[in-house]
Amino acid sequence: MPDRYHIATAWTPGRFFRTGRFGGIDWREDCSRCTNCVKLRCCFDVYAHEGVHDRDPLAPVGTLNECKACFSCVQGCTKGLLGLSVNPEFLEMGDGYWTPDILLSTWEQADSGKIPVSGAGYRGRFTGPGFDSIWTDMSEIVRPTRDGIHGREYISTTVDIGPKPMRLRFSPEGKLLSPPAELLELQIPVVLDLDPRSCPNFPLPLARALAAGRLRTVAMVGAAEAARLPAEVRPFVVPVLDAGDASGHAAAGVVDRMAELVDGPGLMALAGAIRRAKPGAILSVRLRLAPATADRITALMREGFRVFHLSADPHGCERREDGSPGRHIRDALRDIHGRLVDSGVRDEVTLIVSGGIALAEHMAKSIVCGADLVGVDTALAVAIGCRVCRGETAGGVLPGDRCPAGIEGADAAYAAARMVNLMGAWHSQLIEVLGAMGIREVRRLRGETGRAIFMEEIEREAFGDLVRVGGEGETA
Amino acid sequence: MTTTIVDAVIPRGSPLPEPPARRPRGEPSRAVRPAPERYRNPIGKYRVTRSARCDGCGLCVEACAYGVHLRPEAYALVGRPEDHRCIGPSCVQGGDSCIDRCPQQALSLRLNPNVECLGDPRWTADLILSTWHQAATGHRPPPHLEYRRGASGGGFDRLRFRFEVPGTAPCRFPRLEGGAVDLGLDLNRRDDGRPQVHIDIPVYGGGMSFGSVSIHTILAKARAAAAWNSFSCTGEGGYPDRLRPYDDHMITQVATGLFGVREETIQRVRIVEFKYAQGAKPGLGGHLLGDKNTPAVARMRGAVPGNSLFSPFPFHSVYSVEDHKKHLDWIKEVNPRCLVSVKVSTPTDVDMVAVGSWYAGAHIIHLDGGYGGTGAAPDIAKKNIAMPVEYAIPKVHKFLSAEGIRDRVTLVASGGIRTAHDCLKAIALGADGVVIGTAEMVALGCVRCACCESGRGCPRGIATTDPELVGLVDPDWATQRLVNLHNAWREEMVDVLGRLGLASVRELRGRSDLLRLLPD
Repeated sequence: MPDRYHIATAWTPGRFFRTGRFGGIDWREDCSRCTNCVKLRCCFDVYAHEGVHDRDPLAPVGTLNECKACFSCVQGCTKGLLGLSVNPEFLEMGDGYWTPDILLSTWEQADSGKIPVSGAGYRGRFTGPGFDSIWTDMSEIVRPTRDGIHGREYISTTVDIGPKPMRLRFSPEGKLLSPPAELLELQIPVVLDLDPRSCPNFPLPLARALAAGRLRTVAMVGAAEAARLPAEVRPFVVPVLDAGDASGHAAAGVVDRMAELVDGPGLMALAGAIRRAKPGAILSVRLRLAPATADRITALMREGFRVFHLSADPHGCERREDGSPGRHIRDALRDIHGRLVDSGVRDEVTLIVSGGIALAEHMAKSIVCGADLVGVDTALAVAIGCRVCRGETAGGVLPGDRCPAGIEGADAAYAAARMVNLMGAWHSQLIEVLGAMGIREVRRLRGETGRAIFMEEIEREAFGDLVRVGGEGETA
Repeated sequence: MTTTIVDAVIPRGSPLPEPPARRPRGEPSRAVRPAPERYRNPIGKYRVTRSARCDGCGLCVEACAYGVHLRPEAYALVGRPEDHRCIGPSCVQGGDSCIDRCPQQALSLRLNPNVECLGDPRWTADLILSTWHQAATGHRPPPHLEYRRGASGGGFDRLRFRFEVPGTAPCRFPRLEGGAVDLGLDLNRRDDGRPQVHIDIPVYGGGMSFGSVSIHTILAKARAAAAWNSFSCTGEGGYPDRLRPYDDHMITQVATGLFGVREETIQRVRIVEFKYAQGAKPGLGGHLLGDKNTPAVARMRGAVPGNSLFSPFPFHSVYSVEDHKKHLDWIKEVNPRCLVSVKVSTPTDVDMVAVGSWYAGAHIIHLDGGYGGTGAAPDIAKKNIAMPVEYAIPKVHKFLSAEGIRDRVTLVASGGIRTAHDCLKAIALGADGVVIGTAEMVALGCVRCACCESGRGCPRGIATTDPELVGLVDPDWATQRLVNLHNAWREEMVDVLGRLGLASVRELRGRSDLLRLLPD
């Protein structure tokens, strides 16, 4: 298989102690020591593993909690001494957005690089806010390639970043006048973004850069950190610069193929400095996703910018002036994409969206809503064990010695391997989504809202004629 | 080249013959019989605890009408409480419960802590426990269990029948008694000279392949279907010969992998189902992970044991409605007496797909919504691809009606039908009947731990091919559980239709005016 269509993953078990969902309750003092103990018949050898764990002097404190809650032992114990409970530590992980289930799934994908597969159908709520109120389409007879997604032909997940000329100009003699397009081609529609929690000691910058090299994408890295990275990873690093970096790092050659400039008062001066120092570099503007973002993009296009990175809050919402969350990416992005389409300039522009991209489906759905590609941030930290402790998403982080996952001590190669695994699993899931839709390349998914099902619209169509009841009886 | 005796009888390379089918011990019957749980410690919603203060006076045995407290003959002490029978606080509120009457105050009542580990928003602990109760007794569960709906917050769980909503005007038709309500359904509406197929209940069993579930599970489904004059389905894993006695109640499936599909098996049955897609993984082919592909499974499918089997998606010989028609014509030619069902998932253009299938000659259009499924599926596909069936049913029903062909095709729905109420809501939205899968598995003791896809498979012995685990489920017991479940559903459906003043389930089709939608 050609390299560009394949992400090589390798089993990389986490070096952190993970918290399981279910814990066993065992009233051992009443045990009759019968010879047909259900613990010996556990399908998953949970009791055997816990026995080994308990006897290991080097094992972490705490139980393994590998139980799958099949209830076979609970229901089979001769004296009914066994019980189950949900592990309170498990429920404590994450927050309302980064749920314990998302963390667990991310860890498993980072272990194996494989798509999560399970039985027994869907187990969650019918719909939810944001991405959870979108379903992607499928086709009964259209397939993306002649022999399906596992066959000899491939579904492309390649995207481009950079200004795209809408037409070529030629001289009367037939000579090409248009300059060649300066595009940065990424193998997957993902950039590895800054950690929104700004933890300075994490091995994330180097790990992200190493992972980006293997994934054939780019990692966003703060300017000061980018300057410290080894030269061999520089082609995969996009320094994020603000007005203070105009004369320093940019001139020092931090910028390789692309730079990201934080929107602000000094933006034009910064852009001018980089254009002078590195004429061929692609410049992206990092904007806070806010209600007025579409207007700001229009203004910046007049200044010559064509790449925009829209940064949502860690829960995927707009950031209003007062700090409160606004619309979700789902709605904000459709608005911005629609405005650009109406203006006839959408194909000239690259939109990167980040913030709250927690699952592979969020990547696919963001692209459906109008993004060209997404930025992954917190999920990369989760891949190496982060539990998104309460308060972290608000901007704070726990000091290194209090981090329950010990991320600070993780080495960059190990962290990069787990990031590659996670992105490999996401890549495979994106292909599953594209394959189901009969779409052969991810660029065709962009803004294809007609190939998605939005909850409000389908509910209006299907249930629009039903009588609704409120708290006071029938309402319509 | 050496030739063995076996080679002389069976040419090398040809599949080994199936062992001869064993005759069932008796004809399947729809009579309800007790089929209690097969585990020593049944799970109940409440936990009754007896402390060391108990002096064995036995007043609790007298007080409890539900059999929670038992003192076996010749025993001085009362046994461990059978608390799965306890109906909870509603009993205590009466003031005459075991808790109230215990002179030593040795008894206490609380929610069973195990229950918080059971179920999920779609299949709540109450739904699982109530399905177990229905499978054990054949009748409606006690009122402390919410047996009608889950807690997913949408779809069927936001719909109510009008009589369930306080303040709604009473039905203008008189309530009908049970005997006057007909639940039967004719499946052939094409008037094409093919035989009529009648089922006695508007429910049949969905496709579960040999390999994804055990042969005991398949047999139980088939026998229960025969008892209720309904159908079960082979799935795409071939047609085990042990199902031969139930040919008239089996649907055999032709899916994209064509695993185990033979003209001979197509000729056995009264309904053949084309599976274009499935709700558990819309847009993806079937998955059987290598651990479950045992030699017996592989032989049935013509595959190599131990290899994961992925059906391609979609049919590689179908590019258009005309190609689709050729497929159906092929089946009709092979089996001139069969009806053809087309199983599709629920894309945005599901209404057009349904019309295309009718044009191609389908007798039954089977919509499989995105939230269903029992076997292995990528998590991303379960939740995110294709619409839930609650939306697809009215969309297709209205479109077929507008095209003037609604009465010439049977529309069945699956993908999240958990209860008798879900079944009737689907029909009120526009389906003729429903197909169930997970509900049958839960009736057999499934706890939805989601471990059915790999390794030794289901620890409860239902969705496994592991020889030791398969033995956990006795086919006769399992058959009775499913027979009981169908009876409990039938009783519930008769009751609801009677409350709505409808004499037949056919009158309910498309009567969305009888439903009410709750706010988000």
